[in-house]
Amino acid sequence: MSIRGDHDAVIVGGGHNGLVSAAYLARAGLKVLVLERRHLVGGAAVTQEVFPGFRYSVASYVVSLLRPEIIRDLRLPEHGLDILPLESTLTPLPGGDSLARWSDPDQTRREIARWSPRDADAYADFSRCMYKLAWALKPLLSTVPPNPLRPGVRDAKTIRELARAVRGLDEADFERLFKLTTMSAADFLSEWFETGPLIATMSASGIIGTFAGPRTPGTAYVLLHHYLGEIDGVFRAWGFARGGNGAVSESIASAARSLGAEIRTSAPVEQVITSGGRARGVVLEGGEEIGARVVLSGLDPKRTFLQLLDQSDLPGEFVKSIQRFRIRGSSGKVNLALSELPRFTCLAGAGGSLTRTPGEAETLLRGAISISPSVDYLERAYDDAKYGRFSRRPFMDIVIPSMIDPTMAPPGKHVMSVFVQYAPFALDGGWNRVKRDAFGDAVIDTLAEFAPGLRDIILHRQVMTPLDMQQQMGLTEGNIFHGELTLQQLFLFRPVTGWANFRTPVRGYYQCGSGAHPGGGVCGAPGRLAALEVLRDLKVRRGRS
Amino acid sequence: MSNLPDRSGVSAALPTPLHSRTGPLCRTSNWRRWSGFLAADSYEPSHHREYHAVRAAAALFDISPLFKYRLTGPGARALADRMLTRDVTRLATGRVLYSPWCDARGKIRDDGTLQRLGEDDYRLTSAQPTLGWITDLARGLDVSVSDESEGTAALALQGPLSWKVLAAAGARAIGSPRYFGLTRAPLGGVETWISRTGYTGDLGYELWMPADGACAVWDTLIEAGRDFGIAPAGLAALDIARIEAALPLVHTDYVPAHEALIGAQRSSPFEMGLGWAVDLDKPAFVGKEALRAETGEPPRWRFCGIAIDWDSLERVFWRAGLPPLLPHGAVRSSAPLFHKSRQVGYASSRTWSPVLKSYIGLAHIEASHGPVGTNLEMQITVEHRPARVGVRVVKTPFFNPRRKRATPA
Ligand SMILES: Cc1cc2nc3c(=O)[nH]c(=O)nc-3n(C[C@H](O)[C@H](O)[C@H](O)COP(=O)(O)OP(=O)(O)OC[C@H]3O[C@@H](n4cnc5c(N)ncnc54)[C@H](O)[C@@H]3O)c2cc1C
Repeated sequence: MSIRGDHDAVIVGGGHNGLVSAAYLARAGLKVLVLERRHLVGGAAVTQEVFPGFRYSVASYVVSLLRPEIIRDLRLPEHGLDILPLESTLTPLPGGDSLARWSDPDQTRREIARWSPRDADAYADFSRCMYKLAWALKPLLSTVPPNPLRPGVRDAKTIRELARAVRGLDEADFERLFKLTTMSAADFLSEWFETGPLIATMSASGIIGTFAGPRTPGTAYVLLHHYLGEIDGVFRAWGFARGGNGAVSESIASAARSLGAEIRTSAPVEQVITSGGRARGVVLEGGEEIGARVVLSGLDPKRTFLQLLDQSDLPGEFVKSIQRFRIRGSSGKVNLALSELPRFTCLAGAGGSLTRTPGEAETLLRGAISISPSVDYLERAYDDAKYGRFSRRPFMDIVIPSMIDPTMAPPGKHVMSVFVQYAPFALDGGWNRVKRDAFGDAVIDTLAEFAPGLRDIILHRQVMTPLDMQQQMGLTEGNIFHGELTLQQLFLFRPVTGWANFRTPVRGYYQCGSGAHPGGGVCGAPGRLAALEVLRDLKVRRGRS
Repeated sequence: MSNLPDRSGVSAALPTPLHSRTGPLCRTSNWRRWSGFLAADSYEPSHHREYHAVRAAAALFDISPLFKYRLTGPGARALADRMLTRDVTRLATGRVLYSPWCDARGKIRDDGTLQRLGEDDYRLTSAQPTLGWITDLARGLDVSVSDESEGTAALALQGPLSWKVLAAAGARAIGSPRYFGLTRAPLGGVETWISRTGYTGDLGYELWMPADGACAVWDTLIEAGRDFGIAPAGLAALDIARIEAALPLVHTDYVPAHEALIGAQRSSPFEMGLGWAVDLDKPAFVGKEALRAETGEPPRWRFCGIAIDWDSLERVFWRAGLPPLLPHGAVRSSAPLFHKSRQVGYASSRTWSPVLKSYIGLAHIEASHGPVGTNLEMQITVEHRPARVGVRVVKTPFFNPRRKRATPA
């Protein structure tokens, strides 16, 4: 077979993970080519000026999981990465009251004490507990999952190291860890708290990107996943990338290029070329063939294995496992261009028992706003999705990026990012333009209950359904994490038991996207770990640091 | 939702009930945050006058940010006894005791005072929010636990002339309470609880009153204290005084057990020199089993006083061409202590003591190096370079005047 090109590594997909892989491989001196289907890199982490003058973080919108070692190794700040703090969470409530969690622990304690003095104390204990657990689990983010069935020398060493990390936990922590991996987010939180809006808002972290409700067992783990991030050494902190999440991808792309990687956009890969059980390169749509010693896929597991490969290259059991891999889409996204700041009833001083000062209101508009007034509310939103409808009154996680980075919108105007659940991929009757509009309307109508007058200030709206995400971003079923973050498909099991070490049944073919360990989010860990495994197999040193 | 308390706001830095008085006095705007309240670090550009008021006249501190819990009902005593390491059952009405309390591992969570206001009526002060924990502990007891932290203001009047001020302010009639005693008197028309306690190791009183009466009490004391050199004083002065008195400060001298991330951060009462406050003969209290087990082993740590040797201090600065530079106030950062080349502990607080004319500190030291008289070395920074100065383990309290326990007439 004659294949053009002489690349050491070809990376399919220029999502942030593919870009991270490219940068690490280039840094080790390999000749690297990234092939991205779209006209821009970043995948689910892109910023686009969809409406003139207004920049949307089209899909993902906040950062926390991005690994500090990647920021250091690739010198991302020199390539434009700047993460601004997101310090508070506001839960507006019907009737004009609200619950806020602030960056200051005393202020948060007072806020929660309005509802329950006991919860106020428990909140500090809970935060410490999650901190400790996240700290114990954090090594996982930088670890290649061992093979538990046939552990080699290195696997055994990994298992010992992980055991050591967990050894710092006492019995109570250990029990909680177990609960976190098995219970529902709402049940787990109810063991700690009695304040409805607090439990609801915190449990919302457990349903993000997951086709499950707050009362579905297993969602407590997703909650913990949201505590694993860190910014500037502060665990569980969330931030907003200056320029939107596309700036994260751009900075990684810039680092990769400066290290010698080549990035081609508008270059959709049709297939991975194999022969003799080994990957030899790729074919682009249109027929161009590109050869390489190794091929990495940053696509989700369904695409990586079922689309890019000829299934006869894979063991039948493996194919079945990938078919069973759960990747149901459950989220939508609405981006709004606003002529002015929205007016939330709970911040206007009207109604409710609490008057927020203008300064406090402004602080809260710079933070996250969560439409999650009660667990019942969230669970009902899920009920809709269970039966193939989008939520009539959905859960929403909102930020106003222009309040954090004023350059996201023209002066005085704003952009609003609304992450929405639930929008099932498998909508009854399927998604179409009418249903997309109806979904957008449900979001705006619900939001307007908390911020009346919202409709009048909307200059433009972009509504993304899971189908849009599949079509535009190549996310199978629109699943934001390349596969749900439930325990049975994490760590040793992501995406398939025995193949969690970034390799695949096809030699020279690797997985480097969110479908691999440790999973989804703007994190970069799969991309980094995959690259390091490739280097190990190619017996190339890791490169300069 | 409608039964939530009506508040004008939840803030990270609330004014205390005395802010209308302390605010204008704080000319430096030198505020610190203490449990989410604004607390003056010093009212004047330097804390010196405020410190000397503690030792030579009378200093008035706003200590309202302390957490205060009220335990009432037939089970109040049992609850306090379950919680504190000291025997509470013998505490008479009108008396106060100091005690730490521990977690189940026998490591200190916090420390504070317990006032017995009446037969079944106690007030507990703590440095940190503790309501949830106490409430859990109260399970099965006929007791009500309420948080009166914000409804109750508190002042500390400390110094050799503090009784004179208090007497002139209207407390003369009730007579001076004995050390760790508690009485009630109207001050400025406000019914005030007066405890003969403090955090300075000097003669002094702590006053507890409804928040809305706090300013009247303050005004009365300031007025009565004019002839006695009363000075509003801030945390900077308090910090020096409490080190001189060898009183530990939470988060500085020890990490609360429930906040510790690793075992080494936790301290037992024995390791903090508070063994005298552990009563292993009482039937049950949190941490008892662990503490009992600990008494069977030689202690690993001692909490000691150290005095920094002046000559060696002068020497290391002299080598750098400088006169000895003393800290401006209390230093809350840790300094390693060595025996020869091996680290055997660390000083957790230190200060220059103006009243003793000595550079002193509180330190955690491996028990074998803890006896009074042991010579060690402390690492400090001299002109950006590490240097070692000699220190000696000394007896505490460093400053222990007779008037500390006196009952002035
Ligand atoms: C709406 C939404 C909101 C989210 N919010 C957050 C958030 O706030 N914070 C957070 O941390 N995470 C969030 N996430 C999750 C996070 O964005 C993703 O998990 C992550 O960006 C995935 O990165 P990736 O590099 O693994 O894959 P992707 O970003 O999916 O990259 C895959 C790339 O491959 C390309 N591609 C596909 N097929 C081909 C082909 N055949 N040939 C060539 N290229 C191809 C795609 O175009 C894409 O660029 C969100 C996701 C979504 C969708």
